[in-house]
Amino acid sequence: MSMGVEPWIDGRRVIVCAGAGGVGKTTVSATLALGLAARGARVAVVTIDPARRLADALGLDELGNEPHLVDPDRLAAHGVALAPGGELWAMTLDPKHTFDELVEQLAPDATNRDEILANRIYQQLSGAVAGSQEFTAVAKLYELHASGRFDVLVLDTPPTRNALDFLDAPDRLLGFLEGSALRTLLAPTGLAARILGRGTGVVFAVLQRVTGVDLLTDLSVFFRSLGGLLDGFRARAAAVKALLGDPATTFLIVTSPAREPSEEAVFFAGRLRDAGMPLGGVIVNRVTPEPAGPADPDAVAAGLEDRLGAALARKVAAAHADARALAARDRDAVARLARETGGAPLLLVPQLGGDVHDVGGLARLRERLFAAG
Amino acid sequence: MAPAAPPAALLDHRLLFVTGKGGVGKSTIAAALGGLAVARGRRVVVAEVHRRADVEHVVTAAGADHISIDPQDAMEEYLADQLPGPLAELLKSSRAFGYLAAATPGLRELLTAGKLWELAQDERRTPGARPYDLVVVDAPATGHGLALLQAPRTFADAAKVGPIARQGGIIDAQLRDPAQTAVVAVTTAEEMPVNETLALREGLRAAMGLDLSLVVVNGVRPDRFTAAEAKLLAEATDEPAVAVALDQHALAREQRSQLGRLRRGLDGAVATVTLPFVPQGPDPAAFGARLARAAG
Repeated sequence: MSMGVEPWIDGRRVIVCAGAGGVGKTTVSATLALGLAARGARVAVVTIDPARRLADALGLDELGNEPHLVDPDRLAAHGVALAPGGELWAMTLDPKHTFDELVEQLAPDATNRDEILANRIYQQLSGAVAGSQEFTAVAKLYELHASGRFDVLVLDTPPTRNALDFLDAPDRLLGFLEGSALRTLLAPTGLAARILGRGTGVVFAVLQRVTGVDLLTDLSVFFRSLGGLLDGFRARAAAVKALLGDPATTFLIVTSPAREPSEEAVFFAGRLRDAGMPLGGVIVNRVTPEPAGPADPDAVAAGLEDRLGAALARKVAAAHADARALAARDRDAVARLARETGGAPLLLVPQLGGDVHDVGGLARLRERLFAAG
Repeated sequence: MAPAAPPAALLDHRLLFVTGKGGVGKSTIAAALGGLAVARGRRVVVAEVHRRADVEHVVTAAGADHISIDPQDAMEEYLADQLPGPLAELLKSSRAFGYLAAATPGLRELLTAGKLWELAQDERRTPGARPYDLVVVDAPATGHGLALLQAPRTFADAAKVGPIARQGGIIDAQLRDPAQTAVVAVTTAEEMPVNETLALREGLRAAMGLDLSLVVVNGVRPDRFTAAEAKLLAEATDEPAVAVALDQHALAREQRSQLGRLRRGLDGAVATVTLPFVPQGPDPAAFGARLARAAG
């Protein structure tokens, strides 16, 4: 068991935090960035859908799809001093905006760009299709990396139901865009051409009958105009993949001891292993520590009766028993994680009472994540 | 204000969507609702959407049928239902429709919604299939759940003419009918799940004209101590058990404040049921009992 995250992240330029939703992943990502900035690095954390108060704490409400500098005075007010050169930048990813930017960068000309941006199918695709949020997250990561503006990037990944989506996003989106479906539709003699060209094949007549033709017109315009972007997309997806596999990139899994997030953590560790991606370690957040005091609730109550009165002492004993049950569950979960994540080091972070969604909360969490404080 | 939807009426719907952020116990609640309806003599099917291959834990409701909806199967059924046999076969074997389905955003959702609709018909369109009184949908997490409900209207609007437009319109009409369709949100008393629940309600009202029928709040910790007691305890933190109890108290108070925010956001128009925290996860039987009690 490790004492802190330092050995997992020292010397890395890209830190990807993965895991299920609802385990404090965004807060952990922000805290990692804060800790690195405190040690003198220029750090940007890219968050996805942060809790309101965390967004407020980091000043994430500003418009635009770019990192903003977190006011050092705000950090200093909570006792976080940045070493010389240290800067904390933060942004919330806007997938739709990122996708639009990508189209703007990759479109061969303005007409082509406008045609895509205005297309109804594109509007649905960029906002809704599974994988587009994941793809835009890594696309933004790549863009920030290539800009050379930051020493370290911390990416808080989308809370996908299936962690696989994130790793496969570049491939999947590319597969979707250039796969057989697209080729069939785009080919001069393909489906779209035949339908639009009033082809007489029975199959297409039937298709028209089943679907209604307007939808197909939209689709065909979309795929035709997207054709000009394919080379750019392909190059970008390859670069993103290379960045994810770079030795200066590391993955951390964030989980809680609850059943479903733990299952996802195990699954994701396996997926990383299969993909040959480095797993730095597993951060187990919100672990209930083994409570001090006697195991027997009656003994707990008896020991407190004189001081608190019988009724209140019994209530304390009941709360203590709850904490013991939770600690037992968490102990089992941690043992299972240690067994099933293929020997990855674990870092346990205790359940911190109260609000961890402000800078003060991040500062307290930092003491648990970094051994040197 | 009195809660608008007593749970007894909840089970009188034809389609019951159960949705919520991942990890809040959605499937358990769906199974429990299915079990309650079975206990009332209904013919029930629990339909799972977007099943994950890696999930080990499957919850089932005794006495109910279970189905996992596969868009590919749903599409083949749809084609068989819509077209004369030889034409359906032709489409299936040409693979062109498969390409189209793979390339069309939202078509999977449409096909899934269509299958759910089919399950809820008095006269099933699938030859020889038995009818159900209630279809409990173990729906995808909130955002995708809403996309599923909206898909038929989106396609009806996009296609304008032809069978998909017609079919989409029929399915959409049932989904929008509050007498036939109800939506239950499952959440925990934490900030992000509460946000998602309130956003779901807003989206549901804007896109579907439906309100939530019930919000189930899972994993609520006991709120044991009064403010006066907490004050007494704060002076005795040298006792390890007291310090532990105060930590538990802080977490319980944080949950109460999120629960309060949830209830304010629902402005008294949506019934809520809270379920106590159980380290092993929610227990369907306990939920059924509590829901039945809430029904009075």
